[in-house]
Amino acid sequence: MKSGSNLERILESGQFAVTAEAGPPKGTSAKVVQRKGELLKLCCDALNVTDNQTAIVRMSSLSGCVLLKELGVEPVLQMVVRDRNRLALQSDILGAAALGIRNVLCLSGDHQQFGNHAAAKGVYDIDSIQFIQMVKAMRDEHKFLNGEEISGDVPFFIGAAANPFADPFEFRVTRLAKKVSAGADFIQTQGIFDMPKFVEWMKMVRDRGLDEKTHILAGLIPIKSVGMARYMRNNVSGLSLPKELVDRMADAKDPKEEGVKICLETIEQLKEVEGVHGIHIMAVAWEDIVPRIVEESGLMPRPVV
Amino acid sequence: MITLEQKKFEEIEKMTNGYSRLLVVGCETCAAMSFAGGQRQVAELASAIRIARKTSGDKGEVLENAIARQCEPEFIDMIQDEVAESPAILSLACGAGVQMLAERFPDKVILPGCNTTFLGVTEELGVWSERCAGCGNCILDKTAGLCPIARCSKQLLNGPCGGSMNGKCEISKEVDCVWQLIIDRLSGLNRLEMLEEIFPVKDWSPAGHGGPRKMVREDLKS
Repeated sequence: MKSGSNLERILESGQFAVTAEAGPPKGTSAKVVQRKGELLKLCCDALNVTDNQTAIVRMSSLSGCVLLKELGVEPVLQMVVRDRNRLALQSDILGAAALGIRNVLCLSGDHQQFGNHAAAKGVYDIDSIQFIQMVKAMRDEHKFLNGEEISGDVPFFIGAAANPFADPFEFRVTRLAKKVSAGADFIQTQGIFDMPKFVEWMKMVRDRGLDEKTHILAGLIPIKSVGMARYMRNNVSGLSLPKELVDRMADAKDPKEEGVKICLETIEQLKEVEGVHGIHIMAVAWEDIVPRIVEESGLMPRPVV
Repeated sequence: MITLEQKKFEEIEKMTNGYSRLLVVGCETCAAMSFAGGQRQVAELASAIRIARKTSGDKGEVLENAIARQCEPEFIDMIQDEVAESPAILSLACGAGVQMLAERFPDKVILPGCNTTFLGVTEELGVWSERCAGCGNCILDKTAGLCPIARCSKQLLNGPCGGSMNGKCEISKEVDCVWQLIIDRLSGLNRLEMLEEIFPVKDWSPAGHGGPRKMVREDLKS
């Protein structure tokens, strides 16, 4: 075991994993995080705590992780290189290890221009792939980036993101291969709406044998309304949402119910895709729906390993 | 070239206001190529300031001149007589030129008339774009001659990120994704395998993070 985390144990035992996102608040309320933790603890194997997602300032990811851990919920610490240089990243990794956090998701981060501090100076000292490599060396060799020795263990299950829907499509698998060779133990993908494209990407992933070297968790974003579907189709870069889905949402008598249906259908299809080892549900501002989705997709109860 | 754009007239007017005599100094190299601070822009700006002063009843005189390069002492010395007569100088050079004037004339008020924008190229008349970040350690041999430090919004060395769509950057449909361009170029050269390897972390100390930079060539020093 690299980290001994619940997520690692479930994936290594060959079981289908379920993770979800629990975004921290734009404020100081521990209750917001605790409520999400309580809501999701029985239906997920680990919860991702986002890190100033979409470049909007929120409670720190590390604090959110600690709040979840206190409830007995396993967190995945999301970290972006947008806001921290190599010193800050390594120091937070040490701190997270000391606090008992065992999963980390290494990300570039949405550009600061998108957020609520658009005039901020982006850091980008190292990129997400170099970050993965750095955490792996910290864990496996007990070495800082400069080669100096780390005292104590750094037991992390290292995650990375992959977006099969961004361009250039052919290069996406190469980039995944780079993340895997850098040390990504698991992958959480962008939300999947375009199943044919995802299936094609997964075939390329299998052709390179990457599904055997890392655990791929397929991303899901439950759609709440036709407005949300339209917004994502038109405004979210790197997201492929087919027009048929927008139409389905527009024609639905009960759009929320339709959104759940779409999500459940997607999960059924994903279960059949060879090399997919789990799902990651990003129900932004709709966390309440996650238990139902997990239940109705037949993924309850969650395994105890 | 170093690209520049002239500051808005209101800002220039405000900062130059009240000086009994103002000398506007242009720079005939990069500033002229940017159509921001060459002889012609100096003349136009000086006239505009004169008109504004006349309207507001400010009697201060406005002089003008342009030199070949404000970043070299020997050219700056050519205007010292005019400088001597003016308490304030408005430089239409890049930040380097402005500071050279400030160093050379310690008892004068030196004002910047331009914003220094970037190191770039003229794409076509009236269009300039950034190409170089002056990072002090060129990697263009490894990136198909296209710079991700200057041209990727996240300065990724192992790009593209998940926001690249239809050849454009996630921050704007106006911005090309340089990683798409790098991949296209390497595909054309049949050298895409160059990107299979992980590009190592960069040493940013020659990029200015090691403190202000200085270059000394002993062989050239007199």
